[in-house]
Amino acid sequence: MPNINPIIIFFASIITSNMVLSNFLGMCSYLSVSSEYKTATGLGMAVTLVLVITTALNWVVYKFVILPLDIGYLQYIIFIMVIAALVQILEMAMDRYMPDLHAKLGIFLPLITVNCAILGVTLFMVIRSYGFLQSLMYGLGSGLGWWLAINMLAAIREKLANAKLPPGISGPALGFIITGIMAMAFIGFSGIFTIQ
Amino acid sequence: MDFSIILKTVGSLVMISGALSIIISIAEKVLNNYGTCELDINNGKKMLSVQGGSSLLSTLAGEKIFLPSACGGKATCGLCKVQVLEGAGPLLPTEEPYLTPQERASNTRLSCQIKVKNSMKLVIPEELFNIREFVCTVESITDMTYDIKRLRMKLPEGETISFKAGQFMQFYTKPYGKVKEEVFRAYSISSKSSEHDYVELLIRLVPGGLCTTYVHTVLKEGDQVRLSGPYGDFYLRGDCEELIMIAGGSGLAPIRSLVYEVIEKGLPHKMRFFFGANKMKDLYYMDEFARIEKDYPQFRFIPCLAFPDEGDNWTGDTGFVTVALDNQVDTGDNKEAYLCGSPGMLDACIKILKTKGFTDETIFYDKF
Repeated sequence: MPNINPIIIFFASIITSNMVLSNFLGMCSYLSVSSEYKTATGLGMAVTLVLVITTALNWVVYKFVILPLDIGYLQYIIFIMVIAALVQILEMAMDRYMPDLHAKLGIFLPLITVNCAILGVTLFMVIRSYGFLQSLMYGLGSGLGWWLAINMLAAIREKLANAKLPPGISGPALGFIITGIMAMAFIGFSGIFTIQ
Repeated sequence: MDFSIILKTVGSLVMISGALSIIISIAEKVLNNYGTCELDINNGKKMLSVQGGSSLLSTLAGEKIFLPSACGGKATCGLCKVQVLEGAGPLLPTEEPYLTPQERASNTRLSCQIKVKNSMKLVIPEELFNIREFVCTVESITDMTYDIKRLRMKLPEGETISFKAGQFMQFYTKPYGKVKEEVFRAYSISSKSSEHDYVELLIRLVPGGLCTTYVHTVLKEGDQVRLSGPYGDFYLRGDCEELIMIAGGSGLAPIRSLVYEVIEKGLPHKMRFFFGANKMKDLYYMDEFARIEKDYPQFRFIPCLAFPDEGDNWTGDTGFVTVALDNQVDTGDNKEAYLCGSPGMLDACIKILKTKGFTDETIFYDKF
């Protein structure tokens, strides 16, 4: 376990090690669900929620199932299965007990199962051998970071919705360009702290 | 390769996926159990007690009420709209793109997206209410001409169908020969709408057609076939004095049903039925229509042969059906036209009808 304060990990994963802007993970839903600010907010919340829970759960699974059985080579499959199962249960529970929230977030949950940011966070957590609290903070921070990134993109795209653009760069191409510029801007934060 | 590694790999995967499945099953039992819900359809006309927890679309399908759906519940076709007056919960983001402001105001929802969680009040149009699936037994397959067969099918014991003359059914084939998948095609009902336990279809062999080849070569009497319906808005309006009916080939099917509906209901409309064919061998149901013409003076049957052979002794109209139409129908006043046939023939006839003063509001057709 590296000796890094979980608080540092939390802030670093939002700003300097942002899932989207420095690792370019979770791009598909990031680009496709960012045309409206409101929907992007919903997806960002859902990703954050799922990230916190799956990271914690996968930490437990890694520590108490994968390591004792010495089946590290199966970790990808197992992590994916855990994520898929968890998202399903989460959706059912939300639909049952928080129907209003489900109406806003629920439809994004199935999308998230295949979001690579979720698996990415779990795998980084394993590679960097974080402890439980560190993993939890890393999951939460990465989720908030992803949420921040998609909201920024959505806000910019809403502003650009009426702009006259050359036909070649509208749509996803523009999304990539905006993301690239944002990523470069975020490099400016890297002097504050780094964790990788 | 060490055998124990394979064993361990398979063992741990089975164990983990098994454990996850058990957890999901338990979660589904506990979380997705909404008990019995009451569905009140069309203001108390039909009450259903259903198990909650599934989408409204599949719950209704389980109760044999089939809403149209092309995408199978993925919220991409927007066909499964239904009015839910109570119990649907808030509008979901997946539904928004498919609903107009008027539809939102009338509580119209996509039935594939909303889940039955409590008792609901629904409004389902009567026509949809009628659409059902039947597994019928083929009672007879009759050759009407060299390439048209009549299929008479008996509905399952105790089930009945009510349709408007002119509507069609969807016919599902089973996989056969090189066709590995079920295909379905629409065919108009040719039997009388007063006959509630049988359905008759007229099916012309289309060279290379998957469904018609199945009917003409594979299907036998006594076989079971799956049908759904009735569908379609080709039916009698009757807001006029005379009905001009035009058909070619197997397009005769809905017209036969329409003629019987007018006669059996004792409606006052005069009817003229122009039936176009190329050769003598393409004509069928001649005796039957001649008999109706004799028994009911309000009905006139006008078969037109485009290319009669020398030895046929053809005494009826010669030439395309458009010629007879042009010569014998003077105006479109107080008339409605009902057409069923190939697109080429229909377009030609509609052109003629429009010159006579028929309008889009008085011309009804079923193209195939």
